[in-house]
Amino acid sequence: MNEITDKKVWWSDAPAIKEFVVRAPWIVEKHKAGQFVILRVSENGERIPLTVSDKDLKKGTINILFQEMGATTIKLGKLNKGDNILDLTGPLGKPTHIEKFGTVVCVGGGIGVAPVHPIAQALKEAGNRVISILGARTKGILIYEDLMRKCSDEVRITTDDGSYGRHGFVTDELKGMIESGMKIDLVVAIGPPIMMKMVCKVTEPYKIPTYASLNTIMLDGSGMCGACRVTVGGKTKFVCVDGPEFDGHQVDFDEMMARLRQYMDEEKIAKEICQKNTM
Amino acid sequence: MAEEKKKKKAKIPRQPMPEQDPHERAKNFSEVTYGFTAELSLNEAVRCIQCKKPLCIDGCPVSINIPEFIKKVAEGDILGAAKVIKESNFLPAICGRVCPQEDQCEMVCVVGVKDKPVAIGRLERYVADYEALHGKFEMPKMAPKTGKKVAIIGSGPAGLACAGDLIKTGHDVTIFEALHKAGGVLVYGIPEFRLPKAIVERELDYLKKIGVEFRLNHVIGKIRTVDELMKSDGYHAVFLANGAGLPQFMNIAGENLNGVYSANEFLTRNNLMKAYQFPEYDTPIKRFKNVAVIGGGNTAMDAVRTALRLGADNAYIIYRRSRDEMPARKEEIEHAEHEGVKFIMLTAPLRVIGNEKGWVTGLECIKMELGEPDESGRRRPIPVKGSEFIINLDAVIAAIGTNSNPLVAQTTPGLELNKWGYIVVDNEKTCRTSKKGVFAGGDIVTGAATVILAMGAGRSAAKSIDEYLSL
Ligand SMILES: Cc1cc2nc3c(=O)[nH]c(=O)nc-3n(C[C@H](O)[C@H](O)[C@H](O)COP(=O)(O)OP(=O)(O)OC[C@H]3O[C@@H](n4cnc5c(N)ncnc54)[C@H](O)[C@@H]3O)c2cc1C
Ligand SMILES: Cc1cc2nc3c(=O)[nH]c(=O)nc-3n(C[C@H](O)[C@H](O)[C@H](O)COP(=O)(O)OP(=O)(O)OC[C@H]3O[C@@H](n4cnc5c(N)ncnc54)[C@H](O)[C@@H]3O)c2cc1C
Ligand code: SF4
Ligand code: SF4
Ligand code: FES
Repeated sequence: MNEITDKKVWWSDAPAIKEFVVRAPWIVEKHKAGQFVILRVSENGERIPLTVSDKDLKKGTINILFQEMGATTIKLGKLNKGDNILDLTGPLGKPTHIEKFGTVVCVGGGIGVAPVHPIAQALKEAGNRVISILGARTKGILIYEDLMRKCSDEVRITTDDGSYGRHGFVTDELKGMIESGMKIDLVVAIGPPIMMKMVCKVTEPYKIPTYASLNTIMLDGSGMCGACRVTVGGKTKFVCVDGPEFDGHQVDFDEMMARLRQYMDEEKIAKEICQKNTM
Repeated sequence: MAEEKKKKKAKIPRQPMPEQDPHERAKNFSEVTYGFTAELSLNEAVRCIQCKKPLCIDGCPVSINIPEFIKKVAEGDILGAAKVIKESNFLPAICGRVCPQEDQCEMVCVVGVKDKPVAIGRLERYVADYEALHGKFEMPKMAPKTGKKVAIIGSGPAGLACAGDLIKTGHDVTIFEALHKAGGVLVYGIPEFRLPKAIVERELDYLKKIGVEFRLNHVIGKIRTVDELMKSDGYHAVFLANGAGLPQFMNIAGENLNGVYSANEFLTRNNLMKAYQFPEYDTPIKRFKNVAVIGGGNTAMDAVRTALRLGADNAYIIYRRSRDEMPARKEEIEHAEHEGVKFIMLTAPLRVIGNEKGWVTGLECIKMELGEPDESGRRRPIPVKGSEFIINLDAVIAAIGTNSNPLVAQTTPGLELNKWGYIVVDNEKTCRTSKKGVFAGGDIVTGAATVILAMGAGRSAAKSIDEYLSL
């Protein structure tokens, strides 16, 4: 069950970026753009959500891409081709609302490019003109460029250090596009919460509808615990069942970011133990 | 002679339950009570006067033949007693521990009129634990295979009991469970110190041994819908036993501050994910110093006692009515009190107060007084003007009840629901829903109730499903 059939290391310096292809025929069959899985690596492990970033219906496999941020992703990264992921649940969350909007800008920051990929694909298939903005700290950690080119009419790249594409943030590029008078019907933003917040700040004055895919802390992923809750338009929503995508202009990002910091101290301890065990 | 015997019996007091010292146990997660010894069970068993018309049986939702099993205990035939119980109750080691006996079998026991009632629950637990230790696994009588397949959604007491009965009728049974562990509330909700997980594990093992298949990590409504199970996957009937797992919050300001939890989250972290053993287990939980739990049910007691065990200096129960109205089992309320939980009665929360970093610092509350009885017959709490006050806290846990989780219902067209979103069945014996071949039972039909009722519903459903499949 859940056998890893392929492994790719995108970036090997810490925090490393890795991608797995996992056999999960039942999940592939039902998966739609925007949905995620929850997995567990070991008997004493925690449950973490990861987005399905690509899939192969014929082979019955899904792809997951992750950065080794803490204990669980580090443990996950140790698995190899042929290993099994202990527990894998999905597809979870609501699929992205896909229709022909016109011109759509897909913004992916850091490893957020991976979760944007299936959405860009679906939007393209629905007949939209897809312009993708991919942002990375530096050229070496830019992921999925080829895949994104395949499903976009145009790809623009930004790096924080100017090593590739435009020197700057994804928001600089987006702002430039809007100010140049380009008609944009929808923006989809996935990346670090601060990036999503900033993208929403850019699009809000122009009233450009903006989806943000929220990456809150989760436990069950089926609406049972409320760990994932966020405030959207003044109302409490559960990201795992009501999301993960919401109208970005309505999301209380500051509250969400504070909630993401809940277990910072514990995450540090777990990470240190995990790193010690590997040395 | 007979007279004398009766007198003698009446003199034996209700036997006390051996338990861990309250100060000790408030710091560990081991089971609070040790269970009866052979001697205690014998002393207790002879207190039953073997009524001709045993009221206790009517008090038990699944009508266990109580005098019969107690008689066997008195005779020292514990395995025989276990057989009697198992005719009606599929999960006696669990029910003996968690049934609200004081409202059920023991409430109507005649010995209770003049003295304390016979400790039926404790005896039941003794018998079940004895059997687990000394009984041998016996393959139950299995009917020949029928070639029919049944899908059960949810592995709580309703799903497990249904599976246990159905498999014996010759149908293939598969349980689909959303989480990575089976057991429902028994594993994610009720803590280790009240229901050791090894006991649940034993029941699951038994079901696996007799051929029930478990598909964990399957959220029905997502990976598969009920219609797909029946139309594409060849299941001839479906039993919905997905419980009432949607947490309610209080709808007050500050509810999304760090340190505010639903009881479901707080308990799931600790029970299912074993966060109390962090960092041995990866899932974290904060060790809060001042914790308030809002609510007065079993869930509230479990949450507050868990907070205490995680090292809280002050663990409060805040409840809007008075102690007499608290719906939790009496024994749990007493245990909580002995362990040092502080009860703030006739009080309701108004808003959660936080600091600039987004963490809870306190809770503003208001005092209540009891007015006229409401529909439920309990006196309605009314806020007392000007009685607002603030408690300093670093965590607030909402244990004010749960609702139906809409995932399954939303993806099952043709399934009739009531106005609260619970599944409508034609009656509690048949468990038939408005959709052909689809049955339902347990909390998803009744709303949050009890283990024994869910178990009973599972067994009724098994019977009804077998009848349906034999048509
Ligand atoms: C619906 C959803 C989809 C997701 N998809 C992906 C995905 O495709 N790939 C992926 O790598 N991650 C994804 N995430 C985030 C991922 O689940 C977390 O990063 C993961 O829990 C990390 O676990 P850990 O134990 O390795 O690190 P932790 O110990 O939990 O975290 C280590 C450090 O990273 C920070 N951190 C943790 N989570 C996040 C976050 N979500 N955003 C920013 N900082 C964070 C923490 O504050 C901490 O400092 C997704 C989350 C959600 C809710
Ligand atoms: C903290 C707590 C303490 C309690 N204490 C007591 C007590 O002392 N005594 C007592 O008698 N009762 C107690 N109860 C109540 C009792 O546990 C429940 O009434 C009983 O467990 C209900 O059983 P069930 O089988 O209907 O559902 P549950 O036990 O809730 O099981 C439902 C199962 O279905 C799964 N599920 C849900 N949705 C899906 C889906 N879409 N796909 C697949 N699987 C799904 C869930 O993960 C779960 O495992 C307590 C409840 C709680 C929460
Ligand atoms: S199952 Fe519950 S109500 Fe029935 S006899 Fe046992 S403890 Fe009493
Ligand atoms: S009512 Fe009490 S005394 Fe009578 S048979 Fe039942 S347990 Fe025994
Ligand atoms: S993760 Fe538990 S409700 Fe969303």
